[in-house]
Amino acid sequence: MSEPVSALPGARYAGLVKVAEAGLRGMIVLRGDLASKAVAKAVKDATGMPVPETRRIAFGKEAAVAWMAPDELLILTDHAAVAKTVAKLEKALAGEFATVADVSDARAVFTLTGVQARDVLAKACPVDFADFPVGTIRRTRAAQVAAAIWRTEEDAFTLVCFRSVARYMWDLLTTLARPGGEVGLYR
Amino acid sequence: MSHRLDRGGRLIDRTKRLDFTFNGKRMQGYAGDTLAAALLASDQMLVGRSFKYHRPRGIVASGAEEPNALVGLGEEPRFEPNQRTTTTELFAGAKMVSQNHWPSLEHDIGAVNNAFARFLTAGFYYKMFIHPRPFWKHVYEPFIRRTAGLGRAPEAETVDADRYEQIHAFADVLVIGGGIAGIAAARAAAEAGRRVILCEQAAHWGGRAPVDGVVIEGQAAADWVEAQIEALRGMANVTLLPRTMGAGVHDHGYVLAYQRVADHEPGADKPRHRLWRIRAGRTITATGAIERPLSFAGNDIPGVMLASAMRDYAVNWAVVPGKRVVVVTNNDDAYRTAIALHEAGVAVRAVIDARPAARGALPEAVRARGIRVATGTAIRRVEGGKRVTAVELCAQESDGAEASERIECDAVAMSGGWSPVVHLWSHCGGRLLWDEAQASFRPDPDRPPLGHDGAGFVIAAGSANGAMLADTVLADGHEAGQKAAGAKKKSRAPKAEAEEEEPLAPVWMMPARAGYKLRMKMWLDPQNDVKVSDIQLAAREGYESVEHAKRYTTLGMATDQGKMSNINGLAILADALGRPIPQVGTTTFRPPWTPISMGAIAGEARGPLFQPLRRTPLHDWHEANGADWEPVGQWRRPYCYRRAGESRHDAVMREVKQTRESLGLLDASTLGKIVVRGPDAGRFMDMLYTNMMSTLKPGKCRYGLMCNENGFLFDDGVVARLSDDAFLCHTTSGGADRVHAWMEDWLQCEWWDWKVHVVNLTEQFAQIAVVGPNARKVLERLGTDIDLSREALPFMDWREGRLAGMPARVFRISFSGELSYEIAVPAGHGLALWDRLIEAGAEFGAMPYGTEALHIMRAEKGFIMIGDETDGTVIPQDLGLDWAVSKKKADFLGKRGMEREAMVAPERWSLVGLETVDGSVLPHAALAPLEGENANGQRKTQGRVTSTYHSPTLGRGIALGLVHRGRERMGEVIEFRGDGGRMIAAKIVETCFHDKAGEKQHV
Repeated sequence: MSEPVSALPGARYAGLVKVAEAGLRGMIVLRGDLASKAVAKAVKDATGMPVPETRRIAFGKEAAVAWMAPDELLILTDHAAVAKTVAKLEKALAGEFATVADVSDARAVFTLTGVQARDVLAKACPVDFADFPVGTIRRTRAAQVAAAIWRTEEDAFTLVCFRSVARYMWDLLTTLARPGGEVGLYR
Repeated sequence: MSHRLDRGGRLIDRTKRLDFTFNGKRMQGYAGDTLAAALLASDQMLVGRSFKYHRPRGIVASGAEEPNALVGLGEEPRFEPNQRTTTTELFAGAKMVSQNHWPSLEHDIGAVNNAFARFLTAGFYYKMFIHPRPFWKHVYEPFIRRTAGLGRAPEAETVDADRYEQIHAFADVLVIGGGIAGIAAARAAAEAGRRVILCEQAAHWGGRAPVDGVVIEGQAAADWVEAQIEALRGMANVTLLPRTMGAGVHDHGYVLAYQRVADHEPGADKPRHRLWRIRAGRTITATGAIERPLSFAGNDIPGVMLASAMRDYAVNWAVVPGKRVVVVTNNDDAYRTAIALHEAGVAVRAVIDARPAARGALPEAVRARGIRVATGTAIRRVEGGKRVTAVELCAQESDGAEASERIECDAVAMSGGWSPVVHLWSHCGGRLLWDEAQASFRPDPDRPPLGHDGAGFVIAAGSANGAMLADTVLADGHEAGQKAAGAKKKSRAPKAEAEEEEPLAPVWMMPARAGYKLRMKMWLDPQNDVKVSDIQLAAREGYESVEHAKRYTTLGMATDQGKMSNINGLAILADALGRPIPQVGTTTFRPPWTPISMGAIAGEARGPLFQPLRRTPLHDWHEANGADWEPVGQWRRPYCYRRAGESRHDAVMREVKQTRESLGLLDASTLGKIVVRGPDAGRFMDMLYTNMMSTLKPGKCRYGLMCNENGFLFDDGVVARLSDDAFLCHTTSGGADRVHAWMEDWLQCEWWDWKVHVVNLTEQFAQIAVVGPNARKVLERLGTDIDLSREALPFMDWREGRLAGMPARVFRISFSGELSYEIAVPAGHGLALWDRLIEAGAEFGAMPYGTEALHIMRAEKGFIMIGDETDGTVIPQDLGLDWAVSKKKADFLGKRGMEREAMVAPERWSLVGLETVDGSVLPHAALAPLEGENANGQRKTQGRVTSTYHSPTLGRGIALGLVHRGRERMGEVIEFRGDGGRMIAAKIVETCFHDKAGEKQHV
């Protein structure tokens, strides 16, 4: 039995902000009618969390639930807990028009921490970070690739992208966070 | 001579001396100088040569409008041509070289053109070089290319030593221009609570007001500016960006601004430029105005400068261009220059005013200083070569045949009035109106560029809006800020005190009825050598449209894009055509306002970041094991794995042979994997694929084709039915994203009420093809709870279970004709599985194979490859895939398209196998020509090669090709054209070359 590995295990960088590859996270896509009671109940039972509002991510003790699209949620758990959570959701949603899929291994996860995190992200993403309080999630792009970003703390963001472009994302973030590139846009 | 004054200079720091060189000559300036100011302070007035006549050129302006003072700056790897000295800050060690001359700036052979100027009129190149025709390519063009152009390009192999970046920013109100109008606008918008960005192209704030001695709210303009900037800096909703030029205004309030972060400190560990990509609710263009030159003979001789520029140099940098200056004008503003120079100790010999009278406060103030004012007078011509030596005067209302007077001087300050900088207003379609009083175009407030809401999203303010006096500039800026902010509460605009000005007199030529000899020495565009006589000639030759006249004469086509010359040129054209100026109109204003670096446009996208490279979970293993890469979409896939001493061809042959004989492993992770799920999934699949998918049983696989609405084949792959309501669609590597988008498009736009979800799981799985007679054995060695036997897992079935301790799906599918399993595991397990397969496969000589071996094996079997056998014009029937096109289904995407007359015609080219008679390999994409030509005058052809390889299995060249009525012509030998026209005979055969009965994949 082998242990699964993330795209860039242990990658760390300190520049204008700290950048780190966060290792494997459990990630589950749930597509369905987000206004339905069945989805709300399934999500609540599986994660203990309610269905979040548009562009919001709610953090719980064991899971986080993020709004991804009008009919899509992203559920974040421990990587080891994914199979169990998927099974729970599938069982709860049996017979419903809803789709559950494990996408944990399809993604790479990075964290950016530091007061200049928004400035660094603004160099890559067409996002207005002035309107981005903690608990906000945004699907966007970072330079040339798709990404989703959420704010976990005042000075901490998490970014996910496809696993295949993990190296590109790493090179991008560490380049944009190079000392000398201070901007002072977000203060 | 031009020189530095002993005192003054509001922008320079005399305690910081900076050394620099110009053409190798050592010079010195002060921190705060522009390159131009530092050159003038060192008496370097002559800075270049003109484009066509190679006439000596001096510094004319003090800002972005400068047409002449462009230099090559720096050294490799940071050398850049055409750097504008008037806007570039001086830095220690700056190395400048002048441009467009040979052998030297002082002695330029090209200046011989000057003697032939009367033959080098507008359109000369077009007229001269058209005959004889072959001469253009071989004689004229190479010669012109050598002599034309300004600076030399950096060395071709030079890699830019600096880094660049971009940033996205958002603002309710973006103010472009940090003069007093922009500051007032920013302050008003910021106080209304809006988020404001204020950018200014120069390193300092305040624009012209401090130079012009304006008093605002009882303070000197410079003090007021400083206090305002300080206040704005303290506001959380304001971002100040000095050294940042508003380059272009685009649709939807998108504005590009160009920040020169480190140009003034080369080599600093900073991004050199940063491109700001700003989304602004409203953009205020407070971009000021540009002074117009006057058209008099010899107005291009070094020492003739814009009056405002002369004032700027004196006040900002304590530099004056001469000891005896003549001012020539048609307005009151130039009198400020006379006063400024006089106060700096320069002898102002006279103010030559074309107007019949000058009775305003400023002329009177000049007279009060004992300076002579000559009204109704023109400069007949300027004397001098590399430097002004004197001016001749005559009456403005005359033909200037004779001089009335001669005044010795070493510099001339000219002012023809001011033109608002309307460029940014105009980029997105803002319209202009002709302001008769100012004799200039200005923004028409009723016709701004419109945004998504139908409202104007650009507001011009201050001088850019035609407000020329300090008090009206401030009021206009303040109002623009309030308007942009949608401020409900009106606040008071800052007040300025300034002298009243009398109206100007439009003067487009000096003297008014100048003869030809004078006119052909009146420069409109000094960089491109366009003169009054050239525009008049163009008009006579029928170039009536301003856009045509521009291109014919090259007026305004130089690097300054006619910032200084445009309006004068239009006026001359209008006069020659006998039309009013507004009827002639302007040329088109296009971004950027001044050139921006290619580095800023590229941003960080260079080297490894030039384009995203997609890597499979096994990428690093391939890299470490001799992979010879091939791009597939944005992926890199191993073409083959070379061992020491092996050629690519050898490696490919080895990989095919080993796989066919024993065991090969392929990283198939790049294959698209899209899940289609929901109650209507079967119905959806039947529409997407040409064949029937809804009848597929769970646990089974089926090969399918996807066509677009026109019936043309665009993707293929194996579909596995996961459950009653779910399918897994394998797509081509390059097609995964396109197919996913295609599915979503149909679901979201056409069949929005179908209950189907599509999830792209391409990257969730690493997929490894285990191929060859020993494939089953090696999988059994890894340990699995799946029964892999022929009976339990037959060809085209799939199972889910555990393999080597990992969760896995095993698809028994084959793209090689061999016994073959594709194993999908979560990507995080991919490398571990690969390692286990390599290890367990060692006893069978397992080796990885690349895409070329994959291609050869599929071609040996006659399997098509999307992109080889298809090119967007091929339908499944052309490829003999009729069996995969359902006859039963009522509808599917492409059904109607492939039933059209041309698609069912027997004349279509169809896919066949090709065997060269001599066993050689046909060249890629070789054509089979026929005698004669088609309707387009092209050689007729009867076929083309779509795939061609050396088959190690058959020991000969094999190919697939599309041939006219190909399937009816089995056994026929046709000829393909090889390299150098050599004809190669090939026999038309079946597409399957190997194991025609398909026995090997069923074992």
